Amino acid sequence: MTTKPTPRVRVPAKAAAGELIEIKTLISHEMESGQRKDSQGKTIPRKILNKFSASFNGKPVFSADWQPAISANPYQSFFFKATESGEFTFTWKDDDGSEYTAKNKITVG
Amino acid sequence: MSSGLTRRSTITAGAIAAFASLLGSRLAFADEKAVEAEIKKLYGDKKLGEGKIKLDVPEIAENGLVVPVNVEVESPMTEADYVKAVHIYADGNPLPGIVSYTFTPACGKASAATRMRLAQTQNIICVAEMSNGSLHMAKANIKVTIGGCGG
Repeated sequence: MTTKPTPRVRVPAKAAAGELIEIKTLISHEMESGQRKDSQGKTIPRKILNKFSASFNGKPVFSADWQPAISANPYQSFFFKATESGEFTFTWKDDDGSEYTAKNKITVG
Repeated sequence: MSSGLTRRSTITAGAIAAFASLLGSRLAFADEKAVEAEIKKLYGDKKLGEGKIKLDVPEIAENGLVVPVNVEVESPMTEADYVKAVHIYADGNPLPGIVSYTFTPACGKASAATRMRLAQTQNIICVAEMSNGSLHMAKANIKVTIGGCGG
């Protein structure tokens, strides 16, 4: 249950200049909503990934602020217009302060 | 005289407390007003236009734990004209918020997809903020067979 979240990201390795690509991300995380109760009737404290952000060559591209209503093992997809080669950095922020990152390179041309 | 007043006020206080607890249990779920309040918090009384947003959700969700939600906003996505933010709300979950996206012109297309939890049959409300400050709204109803809040 409490294994370290592993991010998985799908970015095409190559794209033509000006091509619109779809980026799909998935990370394993229980996303405890803070609404559930344990067998003793006590509320299980909230622990979710509250922010996902993507940047390309250091410039922010897209971000999502997740609420407890996001499903466990959160999936997020979005688009990017490829103009130059470079590297994506994806960051997930946890309620407990930890951060998980993934990096993906893309070649344009 | 004063003792009579105390007695009366005690009864009134008790009645209020009972009513409040009744109300409290009913307010365990957000409602349309809570969603409106959330939107107001961000944008005040600004007018919400129709159109431009394509909110793609299933009509019927068999499992409320994982409901796909895909939103696409019509926009050229240039430096001069792009979609700044998109907020998605639910009016029948314990909390009204689901997700808030921020887009940049580098996205090329203002579209994003994720998966959400829904506690019961309810409306999904989507608000998009354009770079010129105008707002658009879309709404969709989802029938949920099994709620996704766990017991």
